[in-house]
Amino acid sequence: MTEEYDATSEGRKFIERIKAVCGNDRKLHFKFDEPTDPRYGYVPPRRPLDKYINYGLIVLDKPPGPTSHEVVAWVKKMLNLKRAGHGGTLEPPIPRGRGAGIS
Amino acid sequence: MTRIIGTVMHSTKEYVCVMQLHRPVPQERLLEVLKMFEGEVYQRPPLRSSVKRALRTRRIYRIELLEYDGERYAVLRVDCDAGTYMRKLCWDIGLILGVGAHMRELRRIRTGPFSEDSGLLVRMQDLAEAIYRWKEEGSDDLLRRVIVPGELSVCHIPKVIVRDTAVESLVHGAQLAVPGVAAVEEGFGKGDLVALLTLKGELIGLGRAEMPWNEILESKRGIAVKPARIIMERGVYPRAWKKKEG
Repeated sequence: MTEEYDATSEGRKFIERIKAVCGNDRKLHFKFDEPTDPRYGYVPPRRPLDKYINYGLIVLDKPPGPTSHEVVAWVKKMLNLKRAGHGGTLEPPIPRGRGAGIS
Repeated sequence: MTRIIGTVMHSTKEYVCVMQLHRPVPQERLLEVLKMFEGEVYQRPPLRSSVKRALRTRRIYRIELLEYDGERYAVLRVDCDAGTYMRKLCWDIGLILGVGAHMRELRRIRTGPFSEDSGLLVRMQDLAEAIYRWKEEGSDDLLRRVIVPGELSVCHIPKVIVRDTAVESLVHGAQLAVPGVAAVEEGFGKGDLVALLTLKGELIGLGRAEMPWNEILESKRGIAVKPARIIMERGVYPRAWKKKEG
């Protein structure tokens, strides 16, 4: 069951969106400027929800107080996830800035 | 995807921290000492830490004095490697200044490609609201906004776009040959870490470039990228290689 859509131009737009996150303005140079077959895979925002969540991440503004581990446990529970990780806990008991990833 | 997030998190970070000096120092002296801490620094992880407590080096790219009240409080912006302890840094700055200092407050403003102003920052209440809407109202629109595709974490890593026909063999552990490359991001050299993406923008994995970007563009054959970590599962794209007879 695959709906027809312009995977090629949506894919191109999505790659530009990846680059925009951190202001990466290095150009893409095409060797084979060919279409991609919409029957295989998904342009990431089109993934079915379970896949979307499994391949997703949350840039979370962690409130001061709870540790990153605690926050990850909450998020996991809220989303009924089996696996979730987060980036950067070097000093577990100390409130950190932000940045949790789920997966 | 958790594995890839690890790679992102092991890149650079940026912090704003409040350092409390135990006695006032002249601002020029403070600036001078901050300058001394730019570059390679030795740090032993503190007692309460989740890593091995061995002496290690970290690079501090830049320390900017955002504010100093001339008395006890200095606000610093620090751009550094992942795994640099701000608490240690403040303490060491205090030692060199000869007056003593410690960290009062800390906020991380960037992890790898994700900075505070990237527009992706989500609060706990945003997440709670998105989940409520999904579970109680049956709509995943907010959830799809607070959760973003993990692909966004490879923003800063040079990209190699792979043709549909080469995806499945990469997923099975093959090296990426030049004819399987659809596009390259300019600027990388041989040996650099690259992100392998499909033409749809799906992350296949990470690899090491075997040729600089322009050589990949100009060549007709040869190995372009050796895969290092593949995250895409098998069977998403069709097999395009021939089975050997016998």
